[in-house]
Amino acid sequence: MTGNSYASSPDALRALVRPDAVHRDLYISEELYELELERLWRNTWIYMGHDSQVPKPGDFYTAHIAGSPLVMLRGRDDEVRVFLNRCAHKGTRVVSAVQGNCGSALRCPYHGWTYRLDGSLRTVPQKGGYRGTEISESAHFKGLTPVPHQEIYRGFVFVRLSNEGPDFHDYFGDSLSSIDNMADRSPEGRLEIAGGVLRYYHDCNWKMFVENLNDAMHPMVAHQSSAGIAKRLWEEEGDGGEPPMVVQQFAPFVNDYDFFDNMGVKIYENGHSYTGVKFSIHSKYSSEPEYERRMIEAYGEKRAHAILGENRHNTVYFPSLTIKGAIQAIRVARPLAADRTVLESWTFHLAGAPDELLKRTMTYSRLINAPTSVVGHDDLHCYSEIQQGLHAQGNDWVSLHRNYDPAERDGIAGVYNGTSEVSMRGQFRAWLKYMLPRGEAGA
Amino acid sequence: MTKGPGKGELARFVYREARLIDEKRLDEWYELFTEDALYWMPLVRGQTDPHSHTSLFCEDRFLLKVRIERLKNPLSHSQQQPSFCQHVLQRPELVGRDEDAGEYAMRTPFVYLETRLDEQFVLGGVAHHDLRLEDGGLKIAVKRIELLNRDAALPSIQLFL
Repeated sequence: MTGNSYASSPDALRALVRPDAVHRDLYISEELYELELERLWRNTWIYMGHDSQVPKPGDFYTAHIAGSPLVMLRGRDDEVRVFLNRCAHKGTRVVSAVQGNCGSALRCPYHGWTYRLDGSLRTVPQKGGYRGTEISESAHFKGLTPVPHQEIYRGFVFVRLSNEGPDFHDYFGDSLSSIDNMADRSPEGRLEIAGGVLRYYHDCNWKMFVENLNDAMHPMVAHQSSAGIAKRLWEEEGDGGEPPMVVQQFAPFVNDYDFFDNMGVKIYENGHSYTGVKFSIHSKYSSEPEYERRMIEAYGEKRAHAILGENRHNTVYFPSLTIKGAIQAIRVARPLAADRTVLESWTFHLAGAPDELLKRTMTYSRLINAPTSVVGHDDLHCYSEIQQGLHAQGNDWVSLHRNYDPAERDGIAGVYNGTSEVSMRGQFRAWLKYMLPRGEAGA
Repeated sequence: MTKGPGKGELARFVYREARLIDEKRLDEWYELFTEDALYWMPLVRGQTDPHSHTSLFCEDRFLLKVRIERLKNPLSHSQQQPSFCQHVLQRPELVGRDEDAGEYAMRTPFVYLETRLDEQFVLGGVAHHDLRLEDGGLKIAVKRIELLNRDAALPSIQLFL
């Protein structure tokens, strides 16, 4: 269905999402994409960045979320705040670099209005010219506009751009345990962004990537030509000893269906989920004795083993953030259009852990997530082909049937077999819930 | 003492290396690398080693072989419609020479085109070759590619710079 009806018709939106299938317009309609930015991406909690990206007062980092330019800034009081990145005067972006340090104040490059690091207005040149006008009562004199809601969870900075919407903890619930586990893997319980950011341009809808994160039926097919070849070459040409880390990281992508099915998937409400409930592709990496020693020293043996025993693969924090706790890498979806998305891959240093861990993390990110990654090429190729294939008229629906059980309609949270498409069904339930106008969600 | 390769021979080696990639003679290209070779494209400006930051490429011979074998494999769906590339090189400049060790450092600004049917992108930068004489022939010990727009959101780069 095309036309200008989605924004004004809740029924038209409802008709797009069946319990076991979604309409192709979800991926190809520009109107729906714009509506997603206006509703889903504003009404839910979106990942802005990590507070370790702005370690000192005056440090800033910028991003666009739901079309809005935002700036995350650390104040003199050490608080991290997120503001609209636009001067209160005429709208110039107050900082144009992606990141940096602004010193003791932000200064607009156009007319020189300055702001303190808490966002408040500090000076306006020739202020007398405003005497007798109403500007002092207006938003223009109130400084930078803070985002309506922000929450920092173990360093992860999330924003909600809409005044209304779910509370942070209600929205994410126990899925936050994946962030906990990643942070707990630091002997100091603290993560630090490190290693640079890989930015990968995708000519596809953002949802294809998010769905793929818990799609356990594709690796053995899509990655046969990359991970499969790495595994075979090592078997043919290796020295028979312990495989190098690159082979340890590649090879599990072509494990068999039973492996991926048995690892399990855990589903939360609101579109969040993770694969690797019992074990995952990260379970069999060789151990780092010095790291384990430091973990036991910090947490005690039992707790250290419990932390390291979790091998969750991908956790989806719908819709913007996906994390791999066991390897300390995250990917962030930044949609640009219905058929264009930038994926950012960031890596973390575990504070207090040996450097070897970060090297392992960066190796993984390069091998799997980079624009130069053969595994990445496999995945993006499939997404691009879906993006093109869905323009075919005559079959309007995308299947989500695998292991569908009508009982899901009464509540989808739970543990399921790993190759079920239940994570995607969960994402689209959430999609519809936050796409409907307020007051319609429960209808 | 025998005289090492001259500037002309060194430059011809760099030209030939790019040509082998462009003509997809990748098995021959692979043989240009030493056993301990590194094919490296840093991610961060001023990155001094492959381990302090993530890299775009950081390939030893094994990983180069994986890429080459993948490109030949019919299951590489992203190459069902094949990619092609073209290097355009500025004249390679000899920037370091150690005759005793048989090592030569070359610096080569380049433009790189990669195309797949209707889609083409252009990359540019500077290639640094650390060449080494082995058994009387030149080999690549390190090829470091300093990509100009490494901080951009890049599309899939499927061939070799």
